[in-house]
Amino acid sequence: MTATVPPLSGQPLAKGPVPKMSLPVGIAIAWPMPDVILARKRRGPVWTYVRRNPTIVVGGILLLVVFLMAVLAPYLGTVDPTALAPAKRTRVPSAQYWFGTDMLGRDIYSRVVYGARVSLLVGFSVALLASVAGLAVGLISGMVRWLDGIVMRIVDGMMSIPPILLAITLMALTRGSVQNVIVAITIAEIPRVARLVRGVVLSLREQPYVEAAVTTGTRMPAIIWRHILPNTLAPMTVQATYICASAMITEAILSFIGAGVPPSTPSWGNIMAEGRALWQVKFYIILFPAIFLSMTVLAVNLVGDGLRDALDPRMAKDA
Amino acid sequence: MNGVPLLSIENLQVHFRTPDGANRAVDGVSFAIQAGETLAIVGESGCGKSVTAMSILRLLPEPPASIAGAIRFEGKNLLDLPIKAMRKIRGNDISVIFQEPMTSLNPVLTVGRQIGETLRLHQGLSRREAEARAVEMLTLVGIPEPGRRVREYPHQLSGGMRQRVMIAIALACSPKLLIADEPTTALDVTIQAQILDLMRDLKRRVGAAIMLITHDLGVVAEVADRVVVMYAGRKVEEAPVRDLFRAPRHPYTRGLMGAVPKLGAVEHGATERLAEIPGMVPSLKQRIEGCVFAGRCPDVTDLCRTYAPALEPKAPAHLAACHYAPKDALAA
Amino acid sequence: MTTTARTLLQVNDLKKHFALGGGLFGRSARVLKAVDGLSFTVDRGETLSLVGESGCGKSTVAKALMRLYTPTAGQVVLAGRRIDDLSAGTLRPLRRRMQMVFQDPFSSLNPRMRVRAILAEPIRNFGLAQGSADLETKLAALMERVGLPREALGRWPHEFSGGQRQRIGIARALAAEPDLIICDEAVSALDVSVKAQIVNLLRDLQRELDLAMLFISHDLAIVEHMTHRVAVMYLGKIVEIGPRRELFLAPKHPYTQALLSAVPIPEPGAGRTRIVLKGDVPSPINPPSGCRFHTRCPQAFDRCRVEEPTLDPVGAGHLAACHLNDAAVPAQAA
Repeated sequence: MTATVPPLSGQPLAKGPVPKMSLPVGIAIAWPMPDVILARKRRGPVWTYVRRNPTIVVGGILLLVVFLMAVLAPYLGTVDPTALAPAKRTRVPSAQYWFGTDMLGRDIYSRVVYGARVSLLVGFSVALLASVAGLAVGLISGMVRWLDGIVMRIVDGMMSIPPILLAITLMALTRGSVQNVIVAITIAEIPRVARLVRGVVLSLREQPYVEAAVTTGTRMPAIIWRHILPNTLAPMTVQATYICASAMITEAILSFIGAGVPPSTPSWGNIMAEGRALWQVKFYIILFPAIFLSMTVLAVNLVGDGLRDALDPRMAKDA
Repeated sequence: MNGVPLLSIENLQVHFRTPDGANRAVDGVSFAIQAGETLAIVGESGCGKSVTAMSILRLLPEPPASIAGAIRFEGKNLLDLPIKAMRKIRGNDISVIFQEPMTSLNPVLTVGRQIGETLRLHQGLSRREAEARAVEMLTLVGIPEPGRRVREYPHQLSGGMRQRVMIAIALACSPKLLIADEPTTALDVTIQAQILDLMRDLKRRVGAAIMLITHDLGVVAEVADRVVVMYAGRKVEEAPVRDLFRAPRHPYTRGLMGAVPKLGAVEHGATERLAEIPGMVPSLKQRIEGCVFAGRCPDVTDLCRTYAPALEPKAPAHLAACHYAPKDALAA
Repeated sequence: MTTTARTLLQVNDLKKHFALGGGLFGRSARVLKAVDGLSFTVDRGETLSLVGESGCGKSTVAKALMRLYTPTAGQVVLAGRRIDDLSAGTLRPLRRRMQMVFQDPFSSLNPRMRVRAILAEPIRNFGLAQGSADLETKLAALMERVGLPREALGRWPHEFSGGQRQRIGIARALAAEPDLIICDEAVSALDVSVKAQIVNLLRDLQRELDLAMLFISHDLAIVEHMTHRVAVMYLGKIVEIGPRRELFLAPKHPYTQALLSAVPIPEPGAGRTRIVLKGDVPSPINPPSGCRFHTRCPQAFDRCRVEEPTLDPVGAGHLAACHLNDAAVPAQAA
């Protein structure tokens, strides 16, 4: 054993911040072991965050671009997205019409940029509203045992209808507007959140720290507020991003089949719907909104995946 | 200790890449196992004992792990072997028993199939031969009605029975080395007693060398021939089991022995308070200058904080890494 | 069970049965009798240990006493007041007197609360502090009591090691200023050297604060360092109960004898004769007839299979449930 690690006496080690110290006679010292993994160059905190959470960063940047596009739409070289120009119908993409024009001569680039507003508004509103409502339903169902059976049967009933069909049905009852689209998709998404929250609450109830709260005399509202709720927020946040992405797609589908946002407001869904008839000759009318929809949904999903990994306590940070 | 040992580990280092730098899980550990002997690796969680075992079988994902040093099994360095050759060794020459018998068994295969699988894979037995051998193995590990049990599924067996099945699987191909990672930790005392009895009995009958990884000094005293004590990724002491318990040389080993309650000791006049090792295990993410135990040692000096002690023979076959461990005159 | 002025907790014929699923329409065919008729007392300033193997029902006892489970039958009397039949609201202020230390140091602390909030919760719930200055003094005293630095109050649970977390768990139990602490396997998840620290801490606290303690453990060697009296459980029942010394030196139940002899002793060649029990613990869903231990007992005879032994005195404060101790059958005992 001493062949490769020769004991060394009477002299200080070659490396390391070793203070000079006289060694008593007969003391054997072990060499420090070499580094197997070379230390990475230390970079700033920003770079470290990027390296640890690449998906959040990429998704976040993409999402930020779309967000800025929606907010700054009037200043991005756009024209009135609803302005008709029958003389300039179905132009191919050019320096003047970047994405071409549609069958009514409207500038597709401007329509796509303004359409981001609808997608983001619908996505984020539904994510927020469905989360809050689902959280409430899930908490009640998880904490009040006698209500659980009733609430969950209703939720099961709603979940047996595909969310898109439920949304179409609800839209059929009202007239097309962005608000109504948001309400319809929210109602269709609530059961998913409620189920998730209920599951999390049921497992949290069994956690020793919740039992400890009971035995230290904490009242039920405080237990929910301090012990249950904060611990459901992490899985909730992740779920909310997926709902956001799915709501954007649902909105596009609703608008595509004409059950969603009215044609007067450009949305990626109804831009594609209008290009449907000309798909074989003027494919770019559908192509550009489709690319933007895909990229935005991808960005939201990337953020969701990143959050899931970052917030999951089982994913130890040092593994 | 003459001749080529069955397994020799030389300066093993297993470091893990983490976001905050390298974690030196195992940092320069050397020991050898002779054919037929039982070597216990003792230490608390995080001391590197299980990582050492996993690296012998090359079961650590690389990266994040990086392994340096040599692991020689019958002269071959396992770290140089291609993964295909390694698969031939796993389960055949070296087999392993894990702590948790439920998760280590496949719930959808019968016990007989699981024992037979390794035999068919490594020794090319037919289905019928494998089943006959499975019954034989179950008899060997003391399972009543082996003919019926081979056709049962893991969930139909109790915890003790499952651990016996794990041992049967591990021994099916007559391995030369059996690695037992905390084999009795998940079991109840009375079942643990049965399994320890079984292991002692099998040691005599099967003749495989055993590398027993445990934190339980009681288990060590019952089955081991020699003991390696690990602390914070290093080996701090190695000795024949009786010498170690009679005269531990490293202050960590001494501390550990004081901290472990001995049944019946209080009734025979020992104090009710246990001896404590103050503080806690140092982080392995920083390079530790000096002795790894310096932060918790009752006899620490500036010398310990500055220079790491070499592992030196302190008595015949007894190594310890402590500047102040008493040294017998006859130690080489 | 006789009670005296020193008696703090009295448990009479406690039962906790769980209905297992399987039956249609919520009617269940099978019942798991986790705790099946337990009686014992704990005096002020005394430690009683409840030992047994997994599945014997010892943790269920803890949860039934803490009313995390509603007992199926029996009485729990704390300081002269029956508490098992109280409503949740009536029970809440009384919970202060009985606190619990949990097994797992990781899941027993809320990851989203700082240490200060964790320890302040019981103090506020039971109204034990007059104003925030008093609360602060109490928190500081608690930290000192369990050997943690005061600055640690501002930190999150994940910043601590297992042993330190268990100290926080103990501090939370002490924050309620209880008379009785139930430790449910409070040290079994800890590493050897840390375990010794926590065992000593619990032992010192019990002595210094004159606490009553119910120490639930499977580790007899640890129990020996902690306890005044021991109760041994097997399949939901107490098979032997007595003062530590009598029980460890002269166990009167074959199960206790086997349990003691099965503990590995860290001393090579200790040369003990070990009683190795055959087989496994039977299922508590369908426990054996007669004496529940007869299927594994090395000394079982015909009577054990049909007649269940009662817990009878075998010495001063020492009771065992075994026919072998019956004066009528001295011949079979040999």
